[in-house]
Amino acid sequence: MTTISTVEPMLGSEHMLINIGPQHPATHGVLRLVCELDGETVLRVMPDIGYLHSSFEKLGEYRTWNQIVPLTDRMDYLAPLIYNCVYVMAVEKLMGLEVTERCKVVRVICMELDRIFSHLLWLGTTAIDVGAFTPFLYAFQERERIYTLHESFTGQRITTSATRIGGMMADLPDGWTESLLDFLNTFPDTLDEIDSLLTTNGIHLGRTLDVGVISAEEAINHGFTGPNLRASGTAYDLRKDQPYYDYETYDFEVPVGENGDCYDRYLVRMEEMRQSVLILQQALDRLPDGPINVEDPRVSLPSKTDCMSDMESMIHHFKLITEGIAVPEGDCYFAVEGSKGELGMYVVSDGGEKPVRWRIRPPSFVNLSVISKLAEGHLVSDLIMINASLDIVLGEIDR
Amino acid sequence: MVDDNGSVFDAVEEGPKASDAPGESPRGTAGQALEHPSVTALSERFAEAVRRHEVQCGDQHVVFVEPARNVEVLSWLKADPDQAYDLLVDVTAVDYGEGRPIQVVYQLWSVTHRRALRIKCELALDALTVESVAPLWNSANWLEREVYDLFGVAFTGHPDLRRILMPQNYAEGHPLRKDFPLRGRFSRAEQTKRALSQDYHDYYTPEMLEMGGAPALLPPDPESSASDVEDAS
Repeated sequence: MTTISTVEPMLGSEHMLINIGPQHPATHGVLRLVCELDGETVLRVMPDIGYLHSSFEKLGEYRTWNQIVPLTDRMDYLAPLIYNCVYVMAVEKLMGLEVTERCKVVRVICMELDRIFSHLLWLGTTAIDVGAFTPFLYAFQERERIYTLHESFTGQRITTSATRIGGMMADLPDGWTESLLDFLNTFPDTLDEIDSLLTTNGIHLGRTLDVGVISAEEAINHGFTGPNLRASGTAYDLRKDQPYYDYETYDFEVPVGENGDCYDRYLVRMEEMRQSVLILQQALDRLPDGPINVEDPRVSLPSKTDCMSDMESMIHHFKLITEGIAVPEGDCYFAVEGSKGELGMYVVSDGGEKPVRWRIRPPSFVNLSVISKLAEGHLVSDLIMINASLDIVLGEIDR
Repeated sequence: MVDDNGSVFDAVEEGPKASDAPGESPRGTAGQALEHPSVTALSERFAEAVRRHEVQCGDQHVVFVEPARNVEVLSWLKADPDQAYDLLVDVTAVDYGEGRPIQVVYQLWSVTHRRALRIKCELALDALTVESVAPLWNSANWLEREVYDLFGVAFTGHPDLRRILMPQNYAEGHPLRKDFPLRGRFSRAEQTKRALSQDYHDYYTPEMLEMGGAPALLPPDPESSASDVEDAS
């Protein structure tokens, strides 16, 4: 490690403590980094989190199972649909509820679309951290189109709350699949343009190559998952390792890096977006007709006509509305490949209308805890790049 | 007729049965579900440390382990080549309330064997202490801090057991415990006062962090190092 005292012994300096954030654009949220420096070399980074703590997990214990859905998208506002989906998937698994074929494909579409959505934000903001402004504009223009898709499907751009236990809040609106297809046809061109601006760009290479290196073994030991782990060379992807929703029948590759540096993390995410486009195209091809919501008396409301003419249906309707869904006793851990890593939901029920415990296995939280190890011995400016390359979202770290 | 109606209402009162669900029953009991090689190996090797085993949601195996021997069991699960649970996915806790023991939950995944396993330790409310697994998996460092912060479970041997999500000067207790009220224990006015009185210098001072803790990197004082340089030349 090059320290100022070895290069310039006459300047033998005191270590300096500097504070980055919590209100700083380069920390990608209300993250505070306390850094111990020797000259400009980082010796230690102490992330200080909790500025955005909203006690979602505690709040969830006071809500019925379906009322938790709106809490989930507020955690990762960069990929809200993935969070909506994984929560209800965990509860459905605990209930032993099998959703309809159409619902499965729609959820796959939602999750892959938001993987692109999240990676695009990461791409734009990371590029701007190393001084490239144009990719930011290109990426956000494409994100805007996904926002429009969100809005026409769910009515909201960010806080989508699109899922319900047993299905979705609504079926896809007319013309939505055509709009998505339109996006899929033109988006790869933009991605290629960004690619040509960054992948072989000397400045970008200089800022990312061999910066923040972590080996596969260490990455696993530190709990790395998602693109960060795959950049280190371990092909751990829950879509392949623990397939859900027929992911094993989709034709796609899991990109893997070699060196585990910032540049490999960049390459892996770029390729993941292309693979997500492929999955989306296949999902659109196979999107079956049929009901989107499951017909199960435990979760689905009887029709309005039945309620008006049939006493039992009315009682059923009344009880589902006033008491909520009853989930059988037990616990369930269910994880999907989120945009940032293994996104798990751990739900515990005692058979009541409210969860005993609702826990999110937060990928960004675990990934961020490694930052000190990654940044040791690098310059402060590299710390900014390393932090960006981890792709964190503070809403989910602090929960 | 009355009896008929009565039975219908009873059915509604009890709620839908699990048997209404299509497919298999969501919950199984030990033995009936698929065999899990690690569970078999665990119960052979650590017969007296394994309290019980259950299967959740058909395929999720949960092993309850004696809290005093958690590190022994977990380090074996990590090191043994037939188990190789190298990824500690999650550490969390569950409080059921009503004075029942708090469960510390370890969610493991083996990248090599593609297997998951859940280990639980039950801690009585008056003995919320368990040994830390942070020396085994670095990912446990922050996750155990979070459990300590929100549940008050102390992890012995943890390198840096401080609050992580709540402020360092938080004095209302451990928020995810069932006896903790949703709005907190203090009044809004008191909470605001405490939040505003926080000074970030309180937690990260050079003295507290033992800065320059690596003496080899740092000459004791600039003048003496300057004279060393002169001597050398």
